[in-house]
Amino acid sequence: MKEILVEEIISAVENLCVEANYNLGSDIMAGFHQALKDERSLLAQEVLARLIENAEIAHEERVPMCQDTGMAVLFVSIGQDLHVVGGGLTEAINEGVRRGYDKGYLRKSVVKDPFERVNTGDNTPAVIHYDIVPGDALHLVVAPKGFGSENMGGLKMCKPSEGLEGAMQFVVDTVDQAGGNPCPPIIVGVGVGGTMEKATFLAKKSLLREVGKHNPEVRLAKIEEELLDRVNRLGIGPQGFGGVTTALAVNLEVYPTHIAGMPVAVNIGCHATRHKEITLRGRDKNE
Amino acid sequence: MSEIIRIETPLTQEKLKGLKVGDNVLIDGVIYTGRDAAHKKMVEALDRGEDLPFVMKDQIIYFVGPTPAKEGQVIGSAGPTTSGRMDAYSPKLIARGLTGMIGKGLRSPDVIEAMKKHGAIYFGAIGGAGALIAKRIVSAEVIAYPELGPEAVRRLVVKDFPAIVIIDHEGKNLYEIGKAQYRRV
Repeated sequence: MKEILVEEIISAVENLCVEANYNLGSDIMAGFHQALKDERSLLAQEVLARLIENAEIAHEERVPMCQDTGMAVLFVSIGQDLHVVGGGLTEAINEGVRRGYDKGYLRKSVVKDPFERVNTGDNTPAVIHYDIVPGDALHLVVAPKGFGSENMGGLKMCKPSEGLEGAMQFVVDTVDQAGGNPCPPIIVGVGVGGTMEKATFLAKKSLLREVGKHNPEVRLAKIEEELLDRVNRLGIGPQGFGGVTTALAVNLEVYPTHIAGMPVAVNIGCHATRHKEITLRGRDKNE
Repeated sequence: MSEIIRIETPLTQEKLKGLKVGDNVLIDGVIYTGRDAAHKKMVEALDRGEDLPFVMKDQIIYFVGPTPAKEGQVIGSAGPTTSGRMDAYSPKLIARGLTGMIGKGLRSPDVIEAMKKHGAIYFGAIGGAGALIAKRIVSAEVIAYPELGPEAVRRLVVKDFPAIVIIDHEGKNLYEIGKAQYRRV
């Protein structure tokens, strides 16, 4: 059994919150540059040029690329042979979020109750997904999620008879109805199968995948390619001003499901789809 | 890049009638911020017959909730939020003389009707370009509802604030026109 101190976890989460909001991934930057070559509309080109400039300013001046610094979503994989020492893991993660959003000058966008809507003032609590895995390491992914894009997602409990085409049409319709709201060019996360909550979880998790990387399973990669083509034929374009780049990627994840169902979830990520990760190693008790 | 039109606030009827859908503009002068909670409060104030935080006539509201300013900054990152959430409130403010809104995303038929009836423009700022837009804001001062934090109403002075005319005073809509041009389904 190895152990890890909560202080180390707090500090790692703090740092990931800040870095995710200041530094856009190089995969998305590469996507912007490719889109700039593909677009013929002057407005679309101008939008893309400004998005590139914006990401550069955020990186160089260490400021948030977008004012919606999101609700902090974490994907945590904890090794079953690791012992967290000095406090609770969930409390440590929330303390890290609290410090990161304070010290990084990030916006506090969380309200305590969905009906009463009073701001918690420190952007906690985070939404945390835990996974228990073999080994003695702790893997943390911080993915701040803005709600311009989050609000545009959807779920359909499709009938099995609707088949692949029914599932694909739901994805395309969801993107079409979203229009310019989720800040295109977007990343489309799609989760199919499992139960209602499993499908939405997969859709969210697929947004962590690097832009340009397809599902390793060839038949699923082909579906991703077809969906990307159909989504980009909608004409929505950068910011919804018209163009051929509505999405930079469609990422599909699937899971076994019930004989009677086919849940299809779509989670849209904006052009500032942010995520940063770290692996922390446990230490021997006597070290 | 497309040709740039400069406009100075206040946005009078005469000025806004010279703008058409798709125009690429740079705005100079005073604009005001307001988003979900501030809009709710302003419309509730109107319903009670109270004064608004500023006189609406010929003014522009920017739908934004900035990040906190770092030392030496006028304002933190300050890109537009999704305008559709203000649809329930905007027609009442337009009826009071508001002539410009800056945001991102689709608007409801009621808002567009009010814009045509009273004369108003819906501008789009680039969603997610918060760091870049902050550099075009010269000063920022909270003038109402400080308890709302990022949602407080601020008076901004802007210089070269980049925006696109999404819906003009005739109701012509860039989201429809732009999409139709590139749609292949």
